[in-house]
Amino acid sequence: MNPAIRKVGIGLTVLILVLVAQLSYLQIFDANSLKHNPHNTRSLLSNANRPRGDIVTADGTVVAHSVPVSDGTAFKYLREYPTSELFSQVVGYQSFIFGDTGVEKTYDTDLTGQSLQLQLHNLGGLLSGASTAGTAVLSLRDDTQRAAQAALGFQRGSVVLLNVQTGQILAMYSNPSYDPNPLASHNTQTAQNDFTSLSQNPDQPNLPRAYRERYPPGSSFKTVTASVALEDGVATPQSTYSARNQLTLPQTANTLKNFGGETCGGTLIESFTVSCNSTFGQIGLALGDQFVPGMAKFGIGEAPPLDASPGAVASVGPAAGSFQNNQPSFAFAGIGQGDVAVTPLEMALVADGIANGGVIMTPHVVSEIRDSNDKLVRRISPSPWMTATTPQVAAAVTQMMINVVNGPGGTGSAARISGVTVAGKTGTAQTTTNVAPDAWFIAFAPAQAPKYAVAVLVEHGGSEGSEATGGAVAAPIAARMLRVALGLP
Amino acid sequence: MTTPGLTSRRVSELGLGVLAVIIAAFGYLLVQLSQTPDVPPDLWVIFAGVLGLFVLAHFAVRRLAPNADPVLLPLAALLNGLGFVTVARLDPGLGRVQAVWTAVSIVAFILTLALVKRIRTLERYRYTFLFFGMLALLLPLAPGIGKTINGARLWVGIGPVNFQPGEAAKVLLVLFFAAYLVDKRELLASGRRRLGRLRLPEVRHLGPLLLTWGVSILIMVRETDLGQAMLIFALCVVMLYVATDRASYLVVGLFLFLAASAVAYQLFVHVQTRVVTWIDPFRYANDKGYQLVQGLFGFAAGGFAGTGLGLGSPKQIPNVATDFIFSAIGEELGLIGTVAILIAILLFVGAGLRIAMRSERPFSKLFATGLTAIVGLQSFIIIGGVTRTIPLTGVTLPFISYGGSSLLANWVIVALLLRISDDNARGSPARRSQIAARAP
Repeated sequence: MNPAIRKVGIGLTVLILVLVAQLSYLQIFDANSLKHNPHNTRSLLSNANRPRGDIVTADGTVVAHSVPVSDGTAFKYLREYPTSELFSQVVGYQSFIFGDTGVEKTYDTDLTGQSLQLQLHNLGGLLSGASTAGTAVLSLRDDTQRAAQAALGFQRGSVVLLNVQTGQILAMYSNPSYDPNPLASHNTQTAQNDFTSLSQNPDQPNLPRAYRERYPPGSSFKTVTASVALEDGVATPQSTYSARNQLTLPQTANTLKNFGGETCGGTLIESFTVSCNSTFGQIGLALGDQFVPGMAKFGIGEAPPLDASPGAVASVGPAAGSFQNNQPSFAFAGIGQGDVAVTPLEMALVADGIANGGVIMTPHVVSEIRDSNDKLVRRISPSPWMTATTPQVAAAVTQMMINVVNGPGGTGSAARISGVTVAGKTGTAQTTTNVAPDAWFIAFAPAQAPKYAVAVLVEHGGSEGSEATGGAVAAPIAARMLRVALGLP
Repeated sequence: MTTPGLTSRRVSELGLGVLAVIIAAFGYLLVQLSQTPDVPPDLWVIFAGVLGLFVLAHFAVRRLAPNADPVLLPLAALLNGLGFVTVARLDPGLGRVQAVWTAVSIVAFILTLALVKRIRTLERYRYTFLFFGMLALLLPLAPGIGKTINGARLWVGIGPVNFQPGEAAKVLLVLFFAAYLVDKRELLASGRRRLGRLRLPEVRHLGPLLLTWGVSILIMVRETDLGQAMLIFALCVVMLYVATDRASYLVVGLFLFLAASAVAYQLFVHVQTRVVTWIDPFRYANDKGYQLVQGLFGFAAGGFAGTGLGLGSPKQIPNVATDFIFSAIGEELGLIGTVAILIAILLFVGAGLRIAMRSERPFSKLFATGLTAIVGLQSFIIIGGVTRTIPLTGVTLPFISYGGSSLLANWVIVALLLRISDDNARGSPARRSQIAARAP
């Protein structure tokens, strides 16, 4: 019998070797394709089941935290957003069905303690058993964000407020917004229904308009036009332009009309103060193809590297080298119309560039990562994004913006703050015919030593409808934001 | 005074066993640390308990089978320990039950060694064992006490305790086969008819094979337990082959297996399900292939080194603590862990077959081969199933899966193999002289 037993042994050995081969295939060679199989929810789940740190505002309000649950699902924690719609467009949500967005996604490895810095940081505490999850501290403040929400009220629009020197965003809110809690639900049906109803809502409450929607900036873009013209030597502050009520354009029968059909002109400063379209149309034409690289230095054509997934969209202008064939577009670009379309975030960065001596800082929504004992792990340090212009040009444009708010006939007088000099620029942008214009205001303060810059957009005139101007609708909101930021009543 | 061979065998056993206990205790520590930051207060209790059980078994072997093989007990302890760690990690409640069953199994192990003084005494009661074996196999079909759990009618419930008599049936049937085949092997090997190079057995001698085949089909159909049916039939064929040394039985057995499978595939939905989910599990990833697909994802998530004990998500897999426990091990211990377990199983099989070959008496040879084949084949059937090597049929992974009946049966197998091994040593002239020298 022994030879037969030996053969049985060989047979069983062969069977086990077959298993070793199959396991090697599954666990090594085919593992990657299995991991990315569409049915595989494991990586999502293992991520969802790591303890996840809080997201808090700069002034200490918790906007996202995880609570341990046993709700019969495979998930150990439920992500909750106590501030509901207030921060959702920045913070995003954690969803095992739709994936993560916003800060939840960008700072995922910090929140779960998987980032290299946190892992090194936690080495010492490995055996003490402290939670390895990191806390993301937003640069946004609860008070400024609430102010933005309150200032917009029922009007559709966006507010972006940032720190001039650091690029840290203090408020970024757009109305309408949405409650992220149902999307983070462990109940698949709840999450799915909410997602569907958000997607089908014509108001698009889940669209972070502040950094993912483009609008014509209107006259607020004259800050860029003036900067490029001054830097390229196409104009000086004292250059004069003849008074007229409209500008005839080459290559077209269309004309570029002044606001309300009024006659304006004079020096560049005077034209800027009263927001004279005919002057800036002429400057756009005079700049020609130089205009495109000029506005590119302000970030037009490139998405700002915003740290809220999926990131900001790029703002756009006329195509490079297209002046010869499309001259009217450059005249309209001079007044922020035509081919120019920007995000509210981009206009806040334009204001930042002027306020910060020509240097635009990289925008941030998160300022630092802390460990579970509130010890600092990592600071998101300020860095320049673009050099938009020279300090001299920035100073000259600042002076013009001061005039807009404080000078005689300035369109931005509604943005005045007693005791603080505000520099600003209005915009009243035509979108489509028969629809009230979008109202814009960009500003910074204090003008002499700028601390905060703000951009406000109110879609379709907001509560003022077709009578709206940037000065009437948007400027008061900007002033209110600056007052809150500066700690003024 | 002790003989050197005697001491060294038991010393090896003790050393290897302590190593197995340390591995299990370390695994348990890792599992606890993955859940809470603190070293569990009951770690020392668990460690002492596991060590105590092993030492108890070891001293029982010293006393009752002092010349037995030294590696089987540590290997069983290692597999049982890793199984306990994994079950406790998946469900602490089941872990406690498994701990109790482990203790019960060790007691059964010792009782078996104590009661079965000579393996040949078992040979005499072959038909009694056949009767109880068949009864055990068919008991789940009995109305009133039979129970269907997870779609298979394998259970007998008496009061609060459910058990699977099929686990005991395997051992009883192997015992019967061994005794029966030893008697009839001359006859069974004497086929005259030839088919090419194969000598075919006489049809009338195929009786036991056909009977087992019939019972297997009955189990497959009425209890929907494909794995158990396949295992029992394979055991019968392997033992016939070893008894007669006729490869023709392997061919006939394979033919009967294929014929039954083909017919079953046509007739029964649950057989078709196993086959189609084996061929393309991802097509059924959300329904009937869900468990298999989740198991495969577990292996993939584990990769080479595994996620670490307690750090994977094996609970994605339904019934992970029983049939799919190997997927959980693959996820958390990686290829290193799965291959280590396969090596342990291979060593177990090697040790078991070595005991068979060293036996002088045909009954012991056959019985040891059959007992070893239970562990080897059952491991292949379930690991092959969860790794999609073969269609999935639910059987437990010996020593590792959650389940008292299975654990108990496996420890009885170890006891019987050790008894045969000890008989061998006592039976051989060399040993006899050693033992004689030991006498005062």
